[in-house]
Amino acid sequence: MARAAVLGRLTWQLGEVAELIQETPRVSSLVLDVPDWPGHLAGQHVDVRLTAEDGYQAQRSYSIASAPESAQVTLTVERLPDGEVSPYLVGELRTGEKVELRGPIGGYFVWRAGDERPLLLIGGGSGIVPLMAMIRHHAATAAAAPVRLLYSSRSIEDVIYKDELARLTADDTGLAVAHTLTRSQPAGWEGYSRRIDGEMVAEVAWPKKDAPAVFICGPTAFVETASSLLVESGYDPAWIRTERFGATGG
Amino acid sequence: MRQSDLKLDGNAIAGLLREIFTMEMTNAESTCAGCGKVHAVGRVDVYLNAPGVVVRCPACEQVLMRIVRGRGRYWIDLTGTRCLEFKE
Amino acid sequence: MAFISRGFRGKRRDTASGSRVPPGQHVVDDFPVLSAGPTPRVPLSEWSFSIVGELDEPKTWTWDEFRRLPSETVSVDIHCVTKWSKLDTSWTGVSVETILEGVETAADYAVAYCDGGYTTNLPVDDLRGRQAWIAFEYDGQPLDPEHGGPARLLVPHLYLWKSAKWVRGISLQAEDEPGFWESNGYHNRGDPWREQRYWGD
Repeated sequence: MARAAVLGRLTWQLGEVAELIQETPRVSSLVLDVPDWPGHLAGQHVDVRLTAEDGYQAQRSYSIASAPESAQVTLTVERLPDGEVSPYLVGELRTGEKVELRGPIGGYFVWRAGDERPLLLIGGGSGIVPLMAMIRHHAATAAAAPVRLLYSSRSIEDVIYKDELARLTADDTGLAVAHTLTRSQPAGWEGYSRRIDGEMVAEVAWPKKDAPAVFICGPTAFVETASSLLVESGYDPAWIRTERFGATGG
Repeated sequence: MRQSDLKLDGNAIAGLLREIFTMEMTNAESTCAGCGKVHAVGRVDVYLNAPGVVVRCPACEQVLMRIVRGRGRYWIDLTGTRCLEFKE
Repeated sequence: MAFISRGFRGKRRDTASGSRVPPGQHVVDDFPVLSAGPTPRVPLSEWSFSIVGELDEPKTWTWDEFRRLPSETVSVDIHCVTKWSKLDTSWTGVSVETILEGVETAADYAVAYCDGGYTTNLPVDDLRGRQAWIAFEYDGQPLDPEHGGPARLLVPHLYLWKSAKWVRGISLQAEDEPGFWESNGYHNRGDPWREQRYWGD
């Protein structure tokens, strides 16, 4: 499966929306049935292409949120207010309709359950999506590596997968989650309440002697801040893999 | 939109590179012809909001690749990449 | 054949100005930021504009000297090769005609060069005749760095990649020398009305 997932010519195929899950006010998951899906790795993405009746096309990349063990392909999409593709995927597309995609794509920002190094995941906003595929992969395989997630959101309403993360933490799968809410916090909030900084990273990250595997995903500025903080704290840059989410028109 | 968000990384062109090379290229190692630093393609700086794709060295910002697609053709400039190493 | 996504139109809007929009273009209301690299930030005290190459004596203006040149405000339509057009955009700048006043040159070609290393080539004829400007204001405000400030070339009758952002000078040349995009697939002249997008168009 892994081999099929990374080799060969890409072709466009159709996925049918089996389910739409509203994750937050601005974020929805599209659960897709994709015939002949070759399987994927945790962290990979797909390209989605929309075509208008007059032939106009728009294409964007979306991370896969589902574990490789899942039969369906789940994309979690944030609706960008000025976006072109995301408002269609989150808002226009209905259950039972089809969408054109190709993938899975990517091999750099990928975590495999056989990797026994402690895992540090740092996500900003919808940058959680490929990290969630890793967390789900970790849980589905009962992987040995302990996992720490540092997850930055604007407010509690913006936390994607909140209940599932809480459940996986309680289920003793080896996952520990630290949330930070940068704009507003609910009454009695016990997590962090600020942008990611050196003190926060020092508290959450594995000690450098553990030589962890690190995956950071989020907006470009967030990713650059998080990776610099880790390198400044003594992490080897070679441990760190990053993926930047950008506003390429949404 | 923040300017910094226009700078993505090689993960964002994994699909395009697979069209061209017909294999997964984000794990390939690219050597900058300018400063000689080696980076995984997944790690390099990528600018997509342009007439073509511009790939730059994260260390020295020199152009590593320019990729233009149009009229059913590709134009690929690898002048700034001294070497691209990847598994068969 | 691509699958048609029911109800998908994209961000394009209908326009009644069909005759003002070149083939293959659609009108946008916003001003998309295109970027092929980091945005250069040069203090005005270090900024200068030069005419170099095939002329007797290279000419250079500091920012203050440049701003003392006669400027004009123009309203033009701009057309990006990525298929958006923006109508009635207002720019203030110094015409290249003004800058080339008194310059004796036999050069037929020009290369605009910029902070950040970008270049674009044009026939000198496309720069003369009050159809090209070194623009420093957009919509009455200092030009935003994301849109090429402090100053950019503005050549609205050609695709917008010719309107080089962060321009610092023009090199006058006897030989044509394809620029950043012209050397890698994009058309050497780039007339939007003839849809000269790529090599061979």
